[in-house]
Amino acid sequence: MNNSSDPKKYKNSFLNWIEFRLPIVSYIEREYKDYPMPKNCNYFWSFGAMATILLVVLIVTGIFLAMNYTPHTDLAFNSVERIMRDVNYGWLLRYLHSNGAAFFFIVVYIHIMRGMYYGSYKYPRELNWILGVFIFLLMMATAFLGYTLPWGQMSYWGATVITNLFSAIPVIGEGLKTWILGDYTVGNATLNRFFALHYVLPFVIFGVVALHVAAVHVHGSNNPSGIDIKSKNDTVNFFPYMIIKDTLAICVFGFIIAAVVFFGPNLMAEVDNYIPANPMVTPSHIVANWYLAPFYAILRAVPDKLGGVALMFASILILFFLPWLDRVKIRSCNYRPIFKWFMMLFFVNFFVLGYVGMKPAEGIYLLVARMGLIYYFVFLLLITPFIGRIEKTKKLPLSISNILNNNHSEQNKFQKEVN
Amino acid sequence: MRFIFTILFCFTFCFSIFAASETKNAPKHEWSFTGLNGTFDKSAIQRGYKVYREVCAGCHSMNLLYYRDLIDIGFTNDEIKAIASEYTVIDGPNDEGEMFERPAKSFDRFVSPYLNEQEARYSNNGSYPPDLSVITKAKINGPDYIYNLLLGYVDPPEDFELGDGMYYNKWKEGEQIAMAQPLDEGYVDYDDGTENSLEQLAEDVTTFLVWSAEPELEERKSLGIKVLLFFVVAGLFVFIAKNRLWKSVN
Repeated sequence: MNNSSDPKKYKNSFLNWIEFRLPIVSYIEREYKDYPMPKNCNYFWSFGAMATILLVVLIVTGIFLAMNYTPHTDLAFNSVERIMRDVNYGWLLRYLHSNGAAFFFIVVYIHIMRGMYYGSYKYPRELNWILGVFIFLLMMATAFLGYTLPWGQMSYWGATVITNLFSAIPVIGEGLKTWILGDYTVGNATLNRFFALHYVLPFVIFGVVALHVAAVHVHGSNNPSGIDIKSKNDTVNFFPYMIIKDTLAICVFGFIIAAVVFFGPNLMAEVDNYIPANPMVTPSHIVANWYLAPFYAILRAVPDKLGGVALMFASILILFFLPWLDRVKIRSCNYRPIFKWFMMLFFVNFFVLGYVGMKPAEGIYLLVARMGLIYYFVFLLLITPFIGRIEKTKKLPLSISNILNNNHSEQNKFQKEVN
Repeated sequence: MRFIFTILFCFTFCFSIFAASETKNAPKHEWSFTGLNGTFDKSAIQRGYKVYREVCAGCHSMNLLYYRDLIDIGFTNDEIKAIASEYTVIDGPNDEGEMFERPAKSFDRFVSPYLNEQEARYSNNGSYPPDLSVITKAKINGPDYIYNLLLGYVDPPEDFELGDGMYYNKWKEGEQIAMAQPLDEGYVDYDDGTENSLEQLAEDVTTFLVWSAEPELEERKSLGIKVLLFFVVAGLFVFIAKNRLWKSVN
């Protein structure tokens, strides 16, 4: 073997050396530089990138927090306060981490809504959608575990309420609960294992995110019109065209996150969590983290405990089947005049469920939660599969570049009229 | 544009959720530490610390604070040593295996008035005076809540039935509280000649408690302004670059 067999693809000899042994340079070039993105993607397509960056921020701040945190019931609360008071920029790490988690959910919710509205879950991206729902499940578990760690009142009682759900499962329920807790009640054993799991799960999420991204790159990104890419005229290169859009989106979102982290870091926190956990005193109402509240509302809307638990898990698991519930070939709701409004209502309904999930389960709130619960399942199980039979969809454009050209000619016409 | 509106909508919605959870409309007080560039009035914190030391500390611990932390509010090292030495801590065991008492030093935590929760409850008619280190973060609208609570001792309505050993306070949940009115005009004499009205005492001690709960507040806000400015400036440049790049595409 002589060196002349090294391909001279790149000007930089170091890159050539790497490329010859591990073709990672061409991989990055293919997937993150020349990767074709539909021209008409709007800013909703930036939320995936934002979520990835937030995940990295959470992992990095989390590692530094873990260096100073003590997972012991007697010490956890004070070790978190020590981070806030005595560790250099510990307050920044902790506020970035706790608010970052909340924003991670906001970004991911918007990302999911985008996927639903523009039909990104349909052929050929079904597996991509499934991986996404899987990430969402892992996120919820991780967020719940993390919320336990500061060992405040809401941490303790939140953990108690959620782990109690498992005892509703017939036959194995009680045993399963004890197995999860490592004790008969939430205690030191629970805190220890929750910390261990909270540390490891984000890396699992990161792995699934890698699959999620790899999978979307196989058939390319969807776009607001939902039609396939027909020619090179329909696309732009990821670098620099999408990168610059994503960077702009990140600047705007970074501004919002920074505003909360620096000027209202406890806006999204429960005040009771600044009281150390006390098994003898129950807070007046135990509320879920707001980003899990829609599912908490579903849980409490059902009078029967087992029924509530079953419906709560069903409400998430059903999302796995969305690609097969929706048989209509047209992806984007822009071309589905009726379904579009049911979809919008589904999103509003989700917010409403979140709102009532943070209120006591009584009176009007309970009624609203029940109606929201019914619509959640009616939408997914009845409207989505059967609306295709009565809906007259709009005519799809021929290609993406066609849409853009039409828009331009309309604009030109408009300008001519104005002139 | 639609995108921005959607984001805004989500946010106003989220924040209205938090706002809606506020309790009955208690009066709002003007604080120096709120707002984008809020700062602490150091002399107010020092006065507030005096109120805490002479009144609150009789029952309430602040065990997240160290005497050394007082350097942040303008005490000198010598003053801190002098303050700490007024308290006794149990240390040990020494070389003979005995626990012993010694004056507190600046690296000690604030000395608690009671040895443990049981003693605290025993001395307080069964109630446990909460630790005050992060109390303003542990209540909704913490600073206003504490301030109002301190001013909220009024005569109960005629038909109001007070529990045994309880006091009426119109801002406490259930309108009764186990703590007797802790502050009133002239309870604490200020060294700097500030008028010691009840309002002044309450404001000062609340400021002290906010500082103890959020000692990083000033640093956080000044860094926050810089970070926000960074995103604005970077965002502008990126916006211009993006428009130039996409001009050819459109």
